[in-house]
Amino acid sequence: MEYKNVLTTCVYCGSGCGLYVQVLDGEIVGVLPVKEHPISRGKLCIKGWNATDFATHPDRLTTPLIRDGDDFRAATWDEALTLVAERLLAIRDEFGPDSIGVLTSAKCTNEENYLLQKLTRAVLKTNSVDHCARL
Amino acid sequence: MTNSVPEFSAYTECFLITGSNTTEAHPLVASHVMEGLERGAKLIVVDPREVQIGRLAHLYLRPRPGTDVAWLNGLMNVIITEGLADEEFVANRTEGYEELKQVVLEYTPEQVEEITSIPADDLRKAARMYASHKPAAILYAMGITQHSTGTDNVKSCANLAMLTGNMGIPGGGVNPLRGQNNVQGACDLGGLPNVYPGYQKVTLPEMKEKFEKAWGVTGLSDKVGLQVTQMIHGACDGSVRALYVMAENPLVSDPDINHARHCLEQLDFLVVQDIFLSETARLADVVLPGTSYLEKEGTFTGTDRRIQRVRKVIEPVGDSRADWEIICQLGQRMGASGFDFASPKEVMEEIARLTPIYGGVSYERLEPENEGFLQWPVTAPDHPGTPFLHKGKFSRGRGKFHAIHFKEAAELPDEEYPFILTTGRLMFHFHTGTMTRRTEKLHQEVPEAYVEIHPADAARIGLDGQKRVRVSSRRGEIELAVRVTEYIKPGVVFIPFHFAEAAANALTHAALDPSSGIPEYKVCAVRVEPVSS
Repeated sequence: MEYKNVLTTCVYCGSGCGLYVQVLDGEIVGVLPVKEHPISRGKLCIKGWNATDFATHPDRLTTPLIRDGDDFRAATWDEALTLVAERLLAIRDEFGPDSIGVLTSAKCTNEENYLLQKLTRAVLKTNSVDHCARL
Repeated sequence: MTNSVPEFSAYTECFLITGSNTTEAHPLVASHVMEGLERGAKLIVVDPREVQIGRLAHLYLRPRPGTDVAWLNGLMNVIITEGLADEEFVANRTEGYEELKQVVLEYTPEQVEEITSIPADDLRKAARMYASHKPAAILYAMGITQHSTGTDNVKSCANLAMLTGNMGIPGGGVNPLRGQNNVQGACDLGGLPNVYPGYQKVTLPEMKEKFEKAWGVTGLSDKVGLQVTQMIHGACDGSVRALYVMAENPLVSDPDINHARHCLEQLDFLVVQDIFLSETARLADVVLPGTSYLEKEGTFTGTDRRIQRVRKVIEPVGDSRADWEIICQLGQRMGASGFDFASPKEVMEEIARLTPIYGGVSYERLEPENEGFLQWPVTAPDHPGTPFLHKGKFSRGRGKFHAIHFKEAAELPDEEYPFILTTGRLMFHFHTGTMTRRTEKLHQEVPEAYVEIHPADAARIGLDGQKRVRVSSRRGEIELAVRVTEYIKPGVVFIPFHFAEAAANALTHAALDPSSGIPEYKVCAVRVEPVSS
């Protein structure tokens, strides 16, 4: 049996509470508050106590999907990434860089936001990148 | 936030909370406020809804929605006329005071009562309480920003804090409570159409040159790009042909979603990268399965500019991939260099090199045995970070007062649509509900949408014990359950926006604040009718 507590930061609101995720043999078994955390100080709200269940919900997308009429078909990463790369570059070349918009995410990490705005600016050559801070 | 959350429990002597349902939407921030109250601090709450924290308030003011500039000017009117301003701070640290004074002197408590319905004497008491307890902190959330005058509202909060010398001191300041775990970080790292990471303007030639050199590219655009709502409109008029959406759900979170859906359907190509098949993903041409925060390394930046680690807990579910990996792989497929990172730690090293306010951030410093967190600006490896901003001077030098007049909301109630609709969140749910409605323990607490209405209004529409109502605006209609409660002001109804099947944003108005681009979610006109079951 392998048990560990992994220190991380809550995914819900912007308060920035610390939490430990309890993992037993690679499966999440619970959440613990962090006593010495400057914001949450050994407490969590009801969303923080339940900040892991959604991740393993059966509705999780587990494979890339490509539109097939009114529905989707499963695709490999190779096929999906190639399609996205080719189509975006083709649209950029035909209609100009500002014909593409990109939404980064207030739910993703700093590093991911950095990378997506870099891709938008350095490769797609547009500053049309935004996210839901306004919403 | 100009200041830090722990300062609320340690230093703040008076809280002014407005447009924030703090105990429900930011419960652990509220715990610091409550500890401050136990220490003897004062609490003023200004909100059209009787939010939970209002029950702890020493003074609780209920304005008509959309009248924030008027009551904020009214507070300043009393502070100036009663000689309660911090004259030394105003003289030494600010500019534009005479212009401000001229405008706010027009907002006497009696005039403000007429606009806002806040009794003149309550406004006087609030002004005296705020101005005579220092440090005083203003806390606000989307109740201040989600208006067509949101920028005016925020500037008015800043005026009030400067007028009383509450900037640049621990426990004071102007403190927007951010609603998403990393909305601060998404802004900091350049997820905005006008700035590179660290708020470096895309229109400045030296910034274009800096990033072209750093990224090894030419031809970076020096033109400000489109905001999210402009992208949606661009999809409609054909100027935007493709949209790439990472982990956002605009078809529930945007205003006037019927229109937004129609626009997204016009796109040539829509890519959605997400963990669930969201309402937006269902329209996509390609869906890329990203991972949750539990399946990757990284950092989030909290509401008080606090940068903290996210650590990988489990392997990616199924064949999903961490979002940073997906973007790197996409960059490489597009033939670009500069996307061959082996880990998020390496990405942070590049961020620190190019982003002065993150210049001293490293994963080593964020380990619990070291500092554990850093608050920006943290400009160098030996810079300790910044718990509160504007100490000694403002980033622009002197703090500028903005003299601002009150303007009405874009859509006011009338005979046909007699109620003001305001929207918000609940304790048990989050944003568009994609995560919390898939968490049984949270979902069961509030499994369906509802509208709050005052008992007098319930009688007025002839509710007569019916359990469901139809709420309609000029843009759409929804049917949902009804809760009759005195916590809402007469003439106002409230709908939480978490529920896609009875989406509050089918009703909301897409009027935007002209400078922030934030929609007016907090005020639109609706009609409410009973539905026989």
